[in-house]
Amino acid sequence: MSNLFCIAAEFDDEHKLLEACNKTRQAGYKNIDAYTPFAVHGIREALGQPATKMPWAVFAGGLLGLSVGFGLCYWVSVLELPYNVGGRPLNSWVSFIPVTFECTILLSAFTAVFGMFGLNGLPLPNHPMFNLPSFLRASQDRFFLVVESDDPKFEPSKVSAFLETLNPLEVREVEDE
Amino acid sequence: MSTQETNSELAGLQTKALLVGALGLAAAAAGFAMDSEQFYRSYLTGYLYWLAPTLGCLGWTMIYHLTAASWGVPARRIWESAGRTMPLMGILAIPVVMGMQTLFPWARPEAVDDALIQAKVAFLNEPFFLARVVFYVVLWSAIGILLSRWSLQQDTEGPQPAIRKLRALSGAGLVLMALSLTFFSVDFVMSLDPHWFSTIFGFLFAAADLLAAMAFTVLAVRFLEKTDSLKKLVNVNTYHDYGNLLLAFIMLWTYMNLSQFLIIWSGNTQEEAPWYLERMGDGWLVISQALIIFHFALPLLFLLTRWTKRNPSRLVFVAVWILVMRFVDLYWLTQPSMSHGGGVHLHWMDLAVLIGLGGLWVGFFAMHLKDKPLLAKNDPRLAEVLEIAGGHH
Repeated sequence: MSNLFCIAAEFDDEHKLLEACNKTRQAGYKNIDAYTPFAVHGIREALGQPATKMPWAVFAGGLLGLSVGFGLCYWVSVLELPYNVGGRPLNSWVSFIPVTFECTILLSAFTAVFGMFGLNGLPLPNHPMFNLPSFLRASQDRFFLVVESDDPKFEPSKVSAFLETLNPLEVREVEDE
Repeated sequence: MSTQETNSELAGLQTKALLVGALGLAAAAAGFAMDSEQFYRSYLTGYLYWLAPTLGCLGWTMIYHLTAASWGVPARRIWESAGRTMPLMGILAIPVVMGMQTLFPWARPEAVDDALIQAKVAFLNEPFFLARVVFYVVLWSAIGILLSRWSLQQDTEGPQPAIRKLRALSGAGLVLMALSLTFFSVDFVMSLDPHWFSTIFGFLFAAADLLAAMAFTVLAVRFLEKTDSLKKLVNVNTYHDYGNLLLAFIMLWTYMNLSQFLIIWSGNTQEEAPWYLERMGDGWLVISQALIIFHFALPLLFLLTRWTKRNPSRLVFVAVWILVMRFVDLYWLTQPSMSHGGGVHLHWMDLAVLIGLGGLWVGFFAMHLKDKPLLAKNDPRLAEVLEIAGGHH
């Protein structure tokens, strides 16, 4: 038996979508989401989602890369294989900087890419939204606002009636399998 | 603020700045009578400091015309007016030429005994130096005047042919600027120590000028954001863009400085290493370390965050900070080569020249800005920027 995943409202431009998101949030719905063909400016605030923690994760990744890069150079040149090059001190930090810099960039970029996958829940082989035939246009010219069935206030008939008041093109129920 | 009020505000700024400039230059002139050698040294650093926003703004104007980036629209007239100060800066180069023999070892009579200088005498000689200075001044003034004139033509006569001309000038102009600024940095800074050479120096100098000009842009846009012309265009996203550019140029400045240092440190040759050794002794080491912390690390950490970039007051704070550090960097670049082992001694004339030239520069900038509309009419990106700025948040 299949359960309801969400109720979706379809819009034809991003301004209507943003307005609808704002009204839905203000109506007290918490578990709402939007699907759009391009990044819509201000959608996060309209959906009431918290700011992403990614910058801090990337910064931490960068600091880790910095320590690893410098540590690697230091370990090799000072501890493991102390070698006199032209009478320079073993801890010649100037020559360690390119490696340190590259490791900083590398681990920042890895954190950004894999952190993004992690927070997005990717890879995801399938998603209930694909049960909605018109959803294919979410990657072209349609904007979807959904109220998910695990929302504390979720009651199918009331949600449908509410979404209809936002002047969408269509309101449809989406099953989860 | 209406256009009328803006004009009177700029006129007020002009008067005040010119007054400060006159006082500073009067003090510097008195200093010249007392100790001309110190005057020339102080003058060179102060002159390079105020030339930076002029050249940097010329660069930004041309980058804007070539990229048509929307972040350039609110700053366009500010850049044009700053670039328009080039003829003044050309006249202000005269004291440097007058002090040639004091400033540049290759221009002194004893240079004939120096084999290394003699090998470079085909380039480093007084008549050719003078010719090059005239060439830079004429070229940069022409670019500054044309960028400004054709931009006003775009206001009155419509987008074409002004935009086409501006784009053509900017393409050729940026190439010419990059080449001439490289030679200029060799002439005015590198040749203070004629044994020393660094191939990245020209680009380092140009990047620093673009950095100073962008920090100045943040201050100028903040000063004018309440005006009728700019209030519809400038919002937190504008500052975010400028903050990102400041971040990029802080990184570029550091990257090139490190490249230069790393190569000279690795090579460890007699011609190159002394330049850095001078900057590691006699109190200069502290300044070198301060540059790493305050010209790189702290601005970098501030500019990484949206907390700074999306708050105009905080971004202004960082911009002022960068402008202060630009002086420290120029002082560090020029002074040790002139005082050889004399240690760090900030002279009162260093500040008198800095304030005097600064007053003159700001006064002329305000004079050029107040005569023209703050918004370039018929700008191809104007409608788009208005839509984004007035848009849906």
